[in-house]
Order: sequence, then C-alpha cells, then structure tokens
Amino acid sequence: MLLIRCPYCEEERPELEFRNAGEAHIARSANMAGETDDDFEKFFFIRSNPKGIIYERWRHMHGCARFFNAVRDTVTDKFIMTYKAGEPKPSKLPGVGK
Amino acid sequence: MSGAFRIPSAGRLSQAKTARFSFDGQSYAGIEGDTLASALLANGVHLVGRSFKYHRPRGILSAGAEEPNALVEIKRDAARKTPNVRATVQELYDGLDAQSQNRWPSLSFDVGAVNDIASPLFSAGFYYKTFMWPKAAWKSLYEPKIRAAAGLGVSPDKPDPDHYSSRYAHCDVLVLGGGAAGIAAALAAAETGVRVILADEQAEFGGSLRFESGAKIDGQDGFAWAQAAVAKLAAMDNVRVLSRTTAFGYYAQNFVGLVERVSDHLKTPGRDLARERLWQVRAKRVVLASGAIERHMVFADNDRPGIMLAGAARTYLNHYGVAVGKNVGVYTANDSAYAAAIDLKKAGVNVAAIVDLRDNPTGPVIDEARALGIEINFGRAVIRVGGKLRVSSMTVQPKNGGGERTIPVDAILMSAGWTPSVHLFSQSRGKVAFNDETKRFVPGTYAQDCVSVGACNGTDGLSATLDEAYAAGANAAKDTGAKTAKGTKPKVDASESWSRGMLGAAPGAGADTTVKAFVDFQNDVTAKDIRQAVHEGMRSIEHVKRFTTNGMATDQGKTSNMHGLAIAAETLGKPIPEVGLTTFRAPYTPVTFGAIVSHARGPLFDPTRKTAIHPWAEAQGAVFEDVGQWKRAWYFPRAGEDMHAAVDRECVAVRKTAGLFDASTLGKIEVVGPDAAKFMELLYTNPWEKLEPGRCRYGIMLREDGFIYDDGVVGRLAPDRFHVTTTTGGAPRVMNHMEDYLQTEFPHLNVWLTSITEQWAVIAVQGPKSRDIIAPLVEGIDMSDAGLPHMSVREGKICGVPTRLFRMSFTGERGFEVNVPADYGQAVWEALWAEGQKHGAAAYGTEAMHVLRAEKGYIIVGQDTDGTVTPNDAGLDWAVGKKKADFVGIRGMARPDLVAKGRKQLVGIKTRDPKVVLEEGAQIVEDPKQAIPMKMIGHVTSSYWSENCGRSIALALVAGGRDRMGDTLYVPMPNGVIEVEVTGMVFFDETGGRLNG
Ligand SMILES: [Zn+2]
Repeated sequence: MLLIRCPYCEEERPELEFRNAGEAHIARSANMAGETDDDFEKFFFIRSNPKGIIYERWRHMHGCARFFNAVRDTVTDKFIMTYKAGEPKPSKLPGVGK
Repeated sequence: MSGAFRIPSAGRLSQAKTARFSFDGQSYAGIEGDTLASALLANGVHLVGRSFKYHRPRGILSAGAEEPNALVEIKRDAARKTPNVRATVQELYDGLDAQSQNRWPSLSFDVGAVNDIASPLFSAGFYYKTFMWPKAAWKSLYEPKIRAAAGLGVSPDKPDPDHYSSRYAHCDVLVLGGGAAGIAAALAAAETGVRVILADEQAEFGGSLRFESGAKIDGQDGFAWAQAAVAKLAAMDNVRVLSRTTAFGYYAQNFVGLVERVSDHLKTPGRDLARERLWQVRAKRVVLASGAIERHMVFADNDRPGIMLAGAARTYLNHYGVAVGKNVGVYTANDSAYAAAIDLKKAGVNVAAIVDLRDNPTGPVIDEARALGIEINFGRAVIRVGGKLRVSSMTVQPKNGGGERTIPVDAILMSAGWTPSVHLFSQSRGKVAFNDETKRFVPGTYAQDCVSVGACNGTDGLSATLDEAYAAGANAAKDTGAKTAKGTKPKVDASESWSRGMLGAAPGAGADTTVKAFVDFQNDVTAKDIRQAVHEGMRSIEHVKRFTTNGMATDQGKTSNMHGLAIAAETLGKPIPEVGLTTFRAPYTPVTFGAIVSHARGPLFDPTRKTAIHPWAEAQGAVFEDVGQWKRAWYFPRAGEDMHAAVDRECVAVRKTAGLFDASTLGKIEVVGPDAAKFMELLYTNPWEKLEPGRCRYGIMLREDGFIYDDGVVGRLAPDRFHVTTTTGGAPRVMNHMEDYLQTEFPHLNVWLTSITEQWAVIAVQGPKSRDIIAPLVEGIDMSDAGLPHMSVREGKICGVPTRLFRMSFTGERGFEVNVPADYGQAVWEALWAEGQKHGAAAYGTEAMHVLRAEKGYIIVGQDTDGTVTPNDAGLDWAVGKKKADFVGIRGMARPDLVAKGRKQLVGIKTRDPKVVLEEGAQIVEDPKQAIPMKMIGHVTSSYWSENCGRSIALALVAGGRDRMGDTLYVPMPNGVIEVEVTGMVFFDETGGRLNG
C-alpha cells in the first residue's frame, strides 16, 4: 500500500484514504459548447498513458476530501511529488534527472 | 519412548513431555516441541503422501517452510479440516489427527499411481496439447476428470468456525528472519532505542543455528545464544518479537504483510484466541535476513521416501533428536552434507558412504569425516536407487561412466548447495544479480529502503554474517534518526565452513530417457520435462515455467527454481543470467483466506445502512431488499399474502386512498452559497436561475460525455440554497462529481456542498387522501393547492418538529414527501400512519414504488438507463435548457453518434396477451423467423404486472423506438416468441389529472 502526501493536510497517509481521479492538467474549455469534434475527442477520450512520469489527480477522499495533483512514475509506482489543484505543472521534479 | 528412531542423547526436546498423535488412523507417540514431520520420522515413518501428477510415493524432503512433499490434512473436528499443511511446519500437539492426501484407497497402495506408468502421456505441456479439442469435450469430459484427479488436498466443506484477527503496526526497523543474522541486526537496532520488530516463521528463533552444531557465539552454543539474545530483545520496551510469523508479502514503501500462527500449535485453542493474526507493518527500514534454502540433487528417482536434504536430516538430529535412518548414504556436491554425515555418525548412526560429485575437494569437514572412518567417494554419482515406498539402496558410478556398485541404505541425505532466499527482496521490486563465481542470484539493485544480510545476501560464514548484520542493523536505526548503539557486537568463537555446490541435473539424471529425476517435487516436473520444453521451442524461463509448471506449485519452487533454470540454460547453450530468473510473487508461503479476511465476513463484510423508520417496518413484517448498503422495505405482506398479492394490494391502495413509503435512502445534497444557482446551472441540464424559491424541478445530471448520470427532484429553499435529491445508489458518486467540478473546474464559484442524506428522514405520502392525512399534523404551511402547488417545497413544522415539506409525486398521484430530522423519523412516521389508518392508507415498499412509477413512465436511472442513454434517448429533451451556454455534458451530447438517427429510445411495451409479463433484460427483434444470431434491436428495461392497469406493462430501449409507435415487435424466449406492441411510456392517467386529484 502506497503512502501519499496530501498537500492540504501536509501529511503522508495510506493509499486507502485516497481515490485516483485520472490524468491531471486536462483543462475543460471555457467555451465547451463551441468545441470541435476533434478538440472534444482530445479533451474527453485521449489520455497519455505514459510509461514513466504521469501527472494525475487524486482525492483525499477519507481525509480532507480535497482534490490535488500528483506526479507519479508508472514504472515504479513511486510518487515523486504532490501539489495543490490549480497550481501549474511543476517544471522541475525532485530526484528526476531529465 | 517416543519412537524407535529417537536418540535420547541428541536434540533439545524434553523426552518427558509425550504427545500422542495419529497419522492415517494409526496412533503414534511424539514429544512436545516436535513438528509432525519430526514425530513421524522418530517413528520411522517416511512415506507421508502421494505426488500431484504421478501419484508417486513421497517422503519428507525438508525441515521447514520449503517442503514440497509432506503435505497432509490436519483435522480438529468436522469443520476444522485444513488441507495441504506442511508436516515440517505443523507443530505437534497431544491428540493431533493427520491424514495423508491424494491417495486412494490407501497411501501404500494407490490406484492413481497408474499415472506413473502412463507418464509419457503426462509430459511437459500435457494439458495444452492433449485437451485442445473437440471443444465440447472440455466441458463434459476433460475438465471434470482433471478436476477430480488433480489437486492435492480436499477443501473443507463447512464454514470456518475459527476467528482471525488483524493488526496494523509501525516501526523504525523491521527485521525479517530470526537466525543469527536477523538477531544480530535486531540487537544492533534495538540497542539504539528505535522501535524494532523481529519476526521469524519458526516457533523458536535461531534459523540454521538449530542444526549447526559447530557454531559458538559469545562463548555459548549458537542456538543457546540465539535464545538468550531473543529473550533480551523481547524484554526491551522498544522491541516486538514475533515467532511463528511469516512475512509473506513485501509491498510498496516498506509495507510488509505478516501472518502470525497464534493457535494452530495448541492442543485446545481457547475460544478467545484467534487462529491467525495478520500484521500489516509499515517500517522505515527493513532488514532482510531470510537465510538460504538447501537444494536437492537431481538424479533418477530422487523422490523416493527416505531421500531428503542433508540440512534437514541434521535438523532432525540436532534439534529434535531424531535419526532419519539407521544406515544412511550421502549424495552431495558441496561441504555442508559432510557435517550432516559427521553429526549422524557421532550420534551412532551408520553412514554407509558419502558420494561426492566433486573430483578432489579438500577441507576440514572432509578430513573429519575421513577421520571418523566414513567411506568417501569423489567424482561419483548416484545413478539409481532401490525401493519404492522407501529407499533401500543407492547405485554409484563414476560420473563419467564405469563400474556400478550398489550400496544398501535406508536414507539418502543430499545437498547440491544453498540458494539465497531472495523472495522478499524480489517482491520489494529489487533486482537480483547473478554472481558467476558462486553461481547464485543475490540482491543487486534495491528498490526500497531495505538491506539484505547473511545467507540471503550470499554472505558465507558466521563471522562475516554477524559483522554484516550488526552493522546493517545499526545503520538502519541510524537512518531513522537513532543515536549510536550502546551494545557490543556478538563475537563468533567457532563456526562451520560453507562452500558452493552445483546447479542443474547430476550425471545419470537421464537427459532424454524415461528416467524421472525430479526438479520440482510438488508439481512433478523432471529434468527431462525442462529439456523437452526447450526442445519444443520455449526460450524464456517464464515460458519454460508455464509450459512445465516448474516452480508453480504452492512451494513456489523454493527448492526447484535454480535447478530448472540451470537445466534450461544448459539445453539452450546460454549463460544462466541470459535465460533469466522468474519473478517471485507474494505470498512467500500460502496464506489462509481467514487471515486476509479477518473479521470482515458475514454481517461485518460490508456496513449495513438502515433508515430511521427501519424498526417500524421490521415490526410490521416487511420483507427487505438490499439496495447498495441500504436495507429497504420491499413489500409488506399481510397474512396469507405472497409477494405479488402484497404488491398488487399496495399499488391499488395508493391510487385508491393513499400509501406511506419510506424514501429516506434517497441521496440528499444541500447546495448553498451566493453562486449556488450558477453551480446548479453547470451541473444539471436544466435552467435554475429563474426557479422561484419554494419551487421544485426535476433535474438531470450528465457526465461530460453527454450520457445521463443521475436524476432527482431539486427544491429551491432560498435564492442561495438548493435541496438536491439523488438516486439512492448514486448519492456518493454524485457528491464526488459535484465536489470534483467545484474544486477543480469551477473553483471561482462560492458554493458549499453538504451531504444531508442521513440527516433527513423522508416519508412519502402519496394518493388522493394524502393531503387529508398530512394536513392535521402540519403547522405553518398553507396546504391548499394554491399555497402548496405540485412541485413546490415549504419549511414549517409537522408534529411539532421542523420539516421540509415537498409537494411532489413519483406515483402520479397527489403526493408529498415529508422531510424531518432523522431522529424524529419514526415518531413522525407513526403519527402519519395513525392518520393514514383513518383513511385506509397502506404502507408500500420499493416494489410497489417501482410499479407505480412505471405505470406513469417515470424512469429509474440505472435501470432504464445504462450509462449510454442521452436525455433525448430517454424522452427527456424537455428537461434540457435550450438557451444555456454551458453545462456538464453539453458538448458530449452533441457528438455525431449521439444525435444520429436510429439510436435506442425509451418506449412503452405492451404484450399482445395482457397476462404475459416480460422478463427484464429480454431482447427484442423485428422478425422472429430470421436466422440465428438474430438482429436485436432493443431490450426490456422494466417490466411488471400492473394491477391498476389490469395488464402487464414494460419499458424498453428500442432502436428508433419513438418512430415505431403501434408497431408489432417480438421477444423470442426459450418457451416461444412473445408478440408485443410499441406504445407511449405512460400507462395510467395519461393527462396527469390525478396529480391534483
Ligand atoms: Zn488531505
């Protein structure tokens, strides 16, 4: 069972308290009704599914109930960092060379 | 005397403490502290089981958890029968009752052994090749036969009466393995004051010190030192010592699962004792001290009872005081078997000969064996053995061929060397590295905060082991923030020498002959099978493993993996690391379901949610149904009524007078704040800004893809306050969905969401007399149609308690939903019930509720929709705000496929024969005479007998359904085709006049 740091509670808590909520940084268009079919396809259906670093959303379901973002390595499952919802994609990741 | 093979001067058990036990109905004497295996061996019993595939007679191979052969059933009573218990692990208690497995009619004469003669049929890949076709034969013939013949033990057929417990624990340093290395590491860590857990799978700590008679630490015999050290650890406040505890799984971030066997070793386990305890430990650092496992020699008929690992024979002698034979032979490719021969010889057992594959090894143990007068044969192999139910001789030949010689023996002790136990390290996702010099896989790259010490790290020699382990323990403690240790490192005064051995098949193992030289005893895999797998094209060890099933039994190949790998590598002509090692997976040894499930079974499996009115319904004799975690009153049968009679009566009563219904399980969410209406506009398809406070609206929630996600009536209590209802099952996900958008997409909106499902009890009062029932109890609300019109809500009092009184209807009748604080739910219900009785009202359950709403064509999300239904498909276009610029699902709803012609649409269905009630889920076709497979154009989503309509009614999703009004369609069923007519969805009171009736 993974330990996940909630950026709101500022504590590492067991995975059981959290729920994954899919890939992060996929913005909903401010003009949703006007989106083209292609744009909607990209927004709704297409996900990066990388081998390696993924940016994803989690919710501290059985804690503060906040949604936040996390950077995780899909190969090792390791959480590299977590940050609050609405904050930009981190430009530098701790402990990652590239 | 506890067995003819007991040597009173040897071992550590107290001869005075006799324990009687039975094996296959025969009574024997053992000693407390014995395992079942040592007690059987003390009585000269080697034959303990039959093998999995060939039903070959099998004996005891090992003295520990790696045992592949000696699997028995332990029976305490009719319900407490445990199959596949390793006799080498099961501790003896007085009265223990064990049975051998996989044999019929008896262990010594087993009919299934015909498989051994017919073995060419059962070679590698046998299942894949033999049972390919005809396909039909698989179900009727192959599978039942294979299932009957396969498997070792028989599952218990009664519920498990024992209880199991579960604990979470945290520590700084978790030490897994309580041999010399683990104890030294634990001492070093514990002396710094950090929190330490030390666990070992055996009843007593000491690991290989149990048999290493030559080890001396701090001036004491090695085993005695271990006991003293563990006693010291156990007395420390910062240390938890767990014996009989197996670390079975190493998970992410140093999360380790352990199972403690609490009472399986007790004669009479107290009712208050759990059988097993699951420990889920989170450790800052883990020290792996899991030791090494001895490998057997791979030679012809190496599975005959009496042939066992040399270290095991030594354990039986030095710990249990049991000689495994009176005239033993030794077959080895390394030094450690010599020590077994020496110990046995010194204890008075005749050692017929040592056969050593090596050409001219030298060393102190060899000198000592020679000095004791033991015959030693270098450069020779055991090519054959005599005896079936017990080994009787070994035939020896120079390894490169030459004259044979047969030596009578009653046991053969073998050792091909020791395999480091890297299972837990590998489970931690560490990568093993092959040491070409010692031919061992040892921990290479670590993935977690752990360290391996001692034999599992490939460290040879007691002195080096203790140095390494003590330093590792101290370092692990330091990493968690500890100060320097105050203790002193244990000092090794004497130790034994270890040397490497061999991997793979020994000469004469019959490369491509019919000879059976077993690699994997538990799955009956021979050297020949592995070679054959390579010849048939398997290249990777993962393929060889699956094709031969080598290492796939419950022992997970603890003794066989390395041999299997070496034989495959040799046949492929590749170095071992290039062929690769299979992945080790949890559990290390089998874990009972009981330990994993613990208390989470029966009523504790899942929480049960009951409404405030539940006790009343129970007292009325309601039948309940499960809806998610809720118990809901399904129907209220009166004397002599079956379900149909009760539901018919309830449905008629609601439309004739009135009915009371417990709707408390409806999800309820309060949406509050200055931007509440804006938020509602975005989350629901409907317009909300203009909804007057005090009015209600039926709302539809979509997912972004445009499909219906949930629905419910929403009341606006104030400009900034909405009382939202959801489906019973949908409440948590709707709340999650709302929170998600509020927190991440629309965080600019000033809104608070609160789940109020359990705060309000909801009593639906529906029917022409509903107002007459409610009105006398209400204060402060104008109950007239003008004061409280259909689809409105008022706050006031009922029976003197606060209420949110909704005028709404899920039946099509004049209706109310009385919300009161849950604590008053039952009292208000009883007051309403008393009023209702004056008018002849009935209580109705969820079944009647379903029928009544279907009579009106009201949908149930999740029953009439399935996640692929749009509002238009469901005929709910009217509920989508056409002028809205945005809401969740607005774009998804407009996708080409979702607006295309011919989509399945929700319609009503009437059977031509009004008495026929369709099955929900039944498929609908246009032409029943078409060839199979028919083109299915839809399916029935809801179907009931409607007593109010005097006929059956149904709802269905049908392709282009709304264009088929009046058409005849067909529902083919096993008993014939049912003719149906497509209709509108409203079956009762089409004009809706009864809402104000
Ligand atoms: Zn939190």
